[in-house]
Amino acid sequence: MAHKFLVHHVGDHVGVAVEDIQAGEKVEGVIMENDFSLFLEAKSFIPLGHKIGLADLKTGEKVIEYRVPIGVTTQDITPGDYVHTHNLKTARWDYKK
Amino acid sequence: MSTIFGYRRENGRVGIRNHVVIMPVDDISNAAAEAVAKVVPGTLAIPHAYGRLQYGPDLELHFRTIIGNCVNPNVAAVVVIGIEPIWTQRIVDGIAKSGKPVAGFSIERHGDFAIIEKASRVAKEFLQRASEQQRVPVDLSEIMVSIKCGESDTTTGLASCPTVGNVVDRLVDAGGTVLFGETSELTGGEHIIAERCATPAVGDKFYNIYNDYIREIESKGVDLLGSQPTEGNVRGGLTTIEEKALGNIEKTGTKPVVDALDPAVAPTVKGLNFMDTSSAAAECITLMAAGGAVVHFFPTGQGNIIGNPIEPVIKITANPITVATMSEHVDVDVSGLLRREMNLQQAGDLLMEMLVRTINGRLTAAEALGHREFVLTKLYRSA
Repeated sequence: MAHKFLVHHVGDHVGVAVEDIQAGEKVEGVIMENDFSLFLEAKSFIPLGHKIGLADLKTGEKVIEYRVPIGVTTQDITPGDYVHTHNLKTARWDYKK
Repeated sequence: MSTIFGYRRENGRVGIRNHVVIMPVDDISNAAAEAVAKVVPGTLAIPHAYGRLQYGPDLELHFRTIIGNCVNPNVAAVVVIGIEPIWTQRIVDGIAKSGKPVAGFSIERHGDFAIIEKASRVAKEFLQRASEQQRVPVDLSEIMVSIKCGESDTTTGLASCPTVGNVVDRLVDAGGTVLFGETSELTGGEHIIAERCATPAVGDKFYNIYNDYIREIESKGVDLLGSQPTEGNVRGGLTTIEEKALGNIEKTGTKPVVDALDPAVAPTVKGLNFMDTSSAAAECITLMAAGGAVVHFFPTGQGNIIGNPIEPVIKITANPITVATMSEHVDVDVSGLLRREMNLQQAGDLLMEMLVRTINGRLTAAEALGHREFVLTKLYRSA
């Protein structure tokens, strides 16, 4: 298995690690929609099942996965960043606003 | 596809198990029901927590769920035991409409001993009668399937849910009926489901149900952070409810949603049906079994171990850690999808093969391990 992460669709802002990815590791990902490969350097450790950023996103921008927004960034994200609860939050369940 | 065999019930419906159920009407009748199942091993007592001082829609849901599970075609016959005669009779009458053998006993003015003896005599007759029922060839379209995932992570959205979606499409194309639910867990993708509703009227029904559920959550003055996604979801890499919902929706396949049902209501239209349910696994599957589903597909990521007394639950996972550490709970391993060693069609073939084997009698992991989580949905406090 050459690839270490999978991407659902072209244009998604995140991929999903299918093996643990080490900080600084140069990794291949595959876009499932068209079988295209992409290559990135991971900026930190990303455990199996967790997300790797694919795009440059400013704080407060929508993050796209499955071609649909899955929330908004709470920090700037760059390709290779670990994306999880520290830099991405829901745009729903936020009834106090 | 290989021939499948099921039990054809008095009302023409097809089941894949042949249970004789001892069903308590209420919490305080559990002891007598469980005693009967000890006197007559081979019968199945289904103890539960409620049935007293309920009223209004909550009481109606209680009756509908209990009667629905007993009418389920996986059940050959039922002994009902309650504390009072009128509610006991109401459940007996509801079950009798299906034509299957049913008898009811109420404990007041008799006591546990007398009722256990009387009920055990009937249970023994029912069990012997059921033991002579033969499986007969049936059509795949007659097997009602329910779907719900749990302890989801990103691998469910990548692999195990799409595998279920692949098979759901095949079942619907074959003329079958499939139930999905998990109302609040569609949040972030509810528009996708609404767009797939077969008619504007079904779409309106769906949105009314969805909005009611969300308003109920909002009325508590809290949000669901910490509950949705769950701690297990987050550990598995899911970050937001939207991301969880989009993975969840993968398992519904691509076919139109033909109806939006209240909890525990049996579908009347063939095809993919939405049912209003909690996303808690045991509550959800109990409601779907009440709707008549006879087998359940359960994709899991981090490893939910749920079972149900009425419906065999088939577990599908793609998470290699779960495959390695919880193999006794896994029926179908599709982790090869993550390694790209198999494609979605091949994964669907694996699940279809396991569906046929389960229909024909293979015990699922949850059945073999004795997982029988039967949990009633309570709409509000009892009086």
